[in-house]
Amino acid sequence: MKIFNTLALGAGLAGLLMSAAYAEGLQGKVIGFSQIGSESGWRAAETSVTKAVAAERGIDLKFADAQQKQENQIKAIRGFIAQGVDAILVAPVVATGWEEVLTEAKEANIPVVLLDRGIEAPEDLYLTSVASDQVKEGRVAGEWLVGAVGDKQCNVVELQGTVGSSPAINRKQGFEEALAGKANLTITRSQTGDFTRSKGKEVMEGFIKAEDGGKNICAVYAHNDDMAVGAIQAIKDAGLKPGTDILVVSIDAVPDIFAAMVAGEANATVELTPNMAGPAFDALDAYLNAGTAPEKFIITESRLYTPADDPQGEYDRRKGLGY
Amino acid sequence: MIETGQKPVLEARGIVKVFGQHRALDAVDFTALPGEVHALLGENGAGKSTLIKILTGAYQPDGGDLLLEGQPITLRDPLHGQTYGIGTVYQEVNLLPNRSVAENLFLGRQPTRFGLVKRREIEGQARALLARYGLDLDVRAELSEFSVAVQQIVAIARAVELSGKVLVLDEPTASLDRNEVERLFDVVRGLKAKGLAIIFITHFLDQVFALADRVTILRNGRKVATQPLSAVNTTDVVRMMLGKDLAFEHHPTSLSGGPQGAVRVEFKGLGRKGMTPFDLAVHEGEVVGVAGLLGSGRTEVARLMFGVDAAEGGTITVDGQPVTIRNPAQAVAAGFGFCPEDRKLDGIFGDLSVRENIIIALQAKLGWFKALNRDDQIELSGRYAEALDIRAADHDMPVKLLSGGNQQKVILARWLAIDPTFLILDEPTRGIDVGAHAEIVRTINRLREEGLALFVISSELDEVVAYSNRIVVMRDREMVAELHGDDIAPDVIVQSIAGTRAEVRP
Amino acid sequence: MTRPTVDLRPTTQPPRAPSRPITSLLVRPQVIALVAVLLVNWALFPGFFTITWQDGRLFGSLIDVLNRGAPVAILAIGMTAVIATKGVDLSVGAVMAISGAVAAVLVTSGVAAPVAVLVALGTGLLCGLWNGILVTVLDIQPIIATLVLMVAGRGLAQLVTEGYIVTFSDPLLIFIGTGSFLGLPMPVIIALVLMVAATLIVRRTALGLLIEAVGVNRSAARFAGLSANALLLIVYTFAGFCAAIAGLIVAGDIRGADANNAGLWLELDAILAVVIGGTSLMGGRFSIPMAVLGAMIIQAMNTGILISGFSPEFNLVVKSAVIIVILVLQSPLSARLLRRLPGTPK
Repeated sequence: MKIFNTLALGAGLAGLLMSAAYAEGLQGKVIGFSQIGSESGWRAAETSVTKAVAAERGIDLKFADAQQKQENQIKAIRGFIAQGVDAILVAPVVATGWEEVLTEAKEANIPVVLLDRGIEAPEDLYLTSVASDQVKEGRVAGEWLVGAVGDKQCNVVELQGTVGSSPAINRKQGFEEALAGKANLTITRSQTGDFTRSKGKEVMEGFIKAEDGGKNICAVYAHNDDMAVGAIQAIKDAGLKPGTDILVVSIDAVPDIFAAMVAGEANATVELTPNMAGPAFDALDAYLNAGTAPEKFIITESRLYTPADDPQGEYDRRKGLGY
Repeated sequence: MIETGQKPVLEARGIVKVFGQHRALDAVDFTALPGEVHALLGENGAGKSTLIKILTGAYQPDGGDLLLEGQPITLRDPLHGQTYGIGTVYQEVNLLPNRSVAENLFLGRQPTRFGLVKRREIEGQARALLARYGLDLDVRAELSEFSVAVQQIVAIARAVELSGKVLVLDEPTASLDRNEVERLFDVVRGLKAKGLAIIFITHFLDQVFALADRVTILRNGRKVATQPLSAVNTTDVVRMMLGKDLAFEHHPTSLSGGPQGAVRVEFKGLGRKGMTPFDLAVHEGEVVGVAGLLGSGRTEVARLMFGVDAAEGGTITVDGQPVTIRNPAQAVAAGFGFCPEDRKLDGIFGDLSVRENIIIALQAKLGWFKALNRDDQIELSGRYAEALDIRAADHDMPVKLLSGGNQQKVILARWLAIDPTFLILDEPTRGIDVGAHAEIVRTINRLREEGLALFVISSELDEVVAYSNRIVVMRDREMVAELHGDDIAPDVIVQSIAGTRAEVRP
Repeated sequence: MTRPTVDLRPTTQPPRAPSRPITSLLVRPQVIALVAVLLVNWALFPGFFTITWQDGRLFGSLIDVLNRGAPVAILAIGMTAVIATKGVDLSVGAVMAISGAVAAVLVTSGVAAPVAVLVALGTGLLCGLWNGILVTVLDIQPIIATLVLMVAGRGLAQLVTEGYIVTFSDPLLIFIGTGSFLGLPMPVIIALVLMVAATLIVRRTALGLLIEAVGVNRSAARFAGLSANALLLIVYTFAGFCAAIAGLIVAGDIRGADANNAGLWLELDAILAVVIGGTSLMGGRFSIPMAVLGAMIIQAMNTGILISGFSPEFNLVVKSAVIIVILVLQSPLSARLLRRLPGTPK
């Protein structure tokens, strides 16, 4: 199974990696990567994409899995500094407590790039941070829905992420921004599905019962694809057609949502790209070879995918990325 | 009953306490005068401990009044009782064994400076306090390093310091030797002279006469009488307690002829580390008594026989057939029963019903899938409860609500229910009062007459004498002598235990 | 060689406790709590009790409560027995993840579904047996012994799934999670059958009494000739088996094994269900049906919160408030207060 994945990975990457052309600049460089762990499919994809992109560019990538612990990450970064690597990538597990170890890196003249999450530390301690704009993700999803519905009256139900988590707060905010001023679109119900399939399904079941067997629901917006996959099953169990009777829009672009699109059961997803390393390597290339300081915050693209975007192809391509 | 000129410190009027269907106390009056030792007597189940718990605040009465120096009071809990000057010392010292003596004395009220405990000052005060009780010891040492008697006195000192009007002593002498008892009594007499009212609960009648001024006797939840001890003698007291004259038979001559029946259980070379291997055969209709001091290995022998501790060598045969006993389940399968010394810890299932406690061993023997149905259970528990005269209002009540003597009978009933070949009783009368003693002794004799083989450990010499066909004497984890016939007498046993008599190897 | 050991005088039967009238069953705090929660749900959402027939199955919020409550109810059935022995099993959530993962990986790699289900159940049995061995042979405190598998088990499940959500389209597994029989969802049927079977087994055999005896006093149980260790092994193994069933249901429900989230924190819900059902963490008396009722109270609350339209920030507050009320109602203190109310028989 592993071998198969690696093969598929190579095939999938050919289309995914636009930046491969600039690869020569980091040839032979040693870069350390401290990854949080593998708590989700997306994280696993990020790891495999990072490894693949590094291989493509001829980078000697030192990979360290922190298993969700900051002390492991700090240990790994100190190890990278001691080895005298050319640069360090960190996907920080928490936002605080990084000053000391980043100062050590700075003193050793090793640029640090943050992936995927921000930290609370002086900005001069790291070169740049590569992350998605979660508010924008929500906005893109909302804008798609506004366009898809037109002037029709539409009651939207929302499946939130884990209460209090930043993606839940930001994706909710962005979506609401997109819907602001559209009188025909109202969010009638909003509950947490904890980012999981089973809770997404359970919550959607409840919504359907509470909204006249689902007849009062025109669309469901899920903060991640997993909850949307659960919701789709709940809609089907209630005898309705997901994607037709109830529109389904979500965020992340994991393979299974493309499978649902192929079946006509999901309408749109916004990609949270697992390729954070590509832009990071671009920035490092420019910095190490030309001395150009990159922007402090590099925002990855939040691309919208709909059934018009070859969902079968996307499914096949992503299936190999470790989701 | 109140003598002229003396107003009671603590008075209880018409106290009623009901547990479920059971009326544990029925309109009981009780007074404690300053400067007296007032003994509280009664059989197990008479209501002694219930009354004490009400006087100290552990229970709340369902009827009646408590008065302290003439004022009605309501006690929420023992701590609350303490604030009124009522302190209690229990049989099991309930202090912290792994803290120092000084800490135990001042726990919860340490003198402090800036929130820090003033260790020096505590230790000084502790020494001064204990000196008044005639104790001179290292107050920094852990409490557990001292004998039970000393711990008991420390507990009394603490209780008196905290309360100071009424002191309840709940069987304080149960685990003390004669000298320790005397020492404790001196302390109590000193407190009495200071004007404390002392309520004294014990099973030992001689101690009551030695120490107490008045006695109140309870029977079946009612007060029988309160009398000055100068006006009564032992026989009066026993008669009031039991409602009948107690005849404690001496060693019956009918037993002196030695074993009559066939050998039922035979142990050969049974032993394990720290325990000299022993040989012993127990016959049908025979009681083998075991005498020896605490720590002589008598309990260890019983545990080996029953497979609680696995033997490291030796063989066991039952009716001539070899059996393997490496755990109690195998012992039960071989028809053995064992009433352990510590009833509460190893014997009863407190939250289970009387009925379930009686049938549990039979059920364990029958296995998981041959369940006794409810009618069988009721029939069995009814039969053995009747045969052993177990007094319980209802067999569905938790066994923990029964008195100690009745609990012991429940465990005995449990073993009779499996129709045993061999019964081991370890201190069957421990913590049970005089009336129930006699009853247990009668039961043992009856079981022997029915043909059972018994092995009975007891530190009550007159009891062992009363039921044993043979007595095995133990010393230093070894069976050192076997007594038969006329040798079965308390003074011979004492000599044998002490090792001053020519020994007869078993 | 057997003779009567004591003379058997004519016996008078001890007074037999009158069998409880059915009304006393209805005023148990758990039943009152369930009814109260359901009524609140009804007040929040008037259609709560509406049940319709749709696509050959019953359909409605009440059915959802039963269906969603089933996995925790199944866990609670096993957990009740463990808690009755004065133990606890923290690993059931992780065992759910393992069982789902095993079944999903097997069917996706072409193993026949019935075999996959049996292997998954077998894995659950093994996990439970492991816990039992730690508790009995090594004599480790249950909370620590099962913590091992709680932590390591989820990792094991992730190892089995290699970190992916393994999706499947096997009809048997999906049927276990989402199918229906006699109009009722399969999880409800499974929970019901398991509840009735477990109750019958413990009450018609001596197992129930012996388990309670071990829970009340393990030392006395040994002295009475009970094989306490064998019972403990059985009880933990049964808890593992129940967890495996729940794991299959949860996986079948979402058509995939989600090693990260399947059964996450459900061990706590299961313990709570048992406690709400009136079984003490100190061991002893237990009731499997009441624990199942406890699971339904928890789920009725969850469903109520879902359909109430409250903002999700209130979920845990509401839940904990209701649970506190139920536990206070059950406490010895309130039992004493109730007895003191005028008009109640002493």
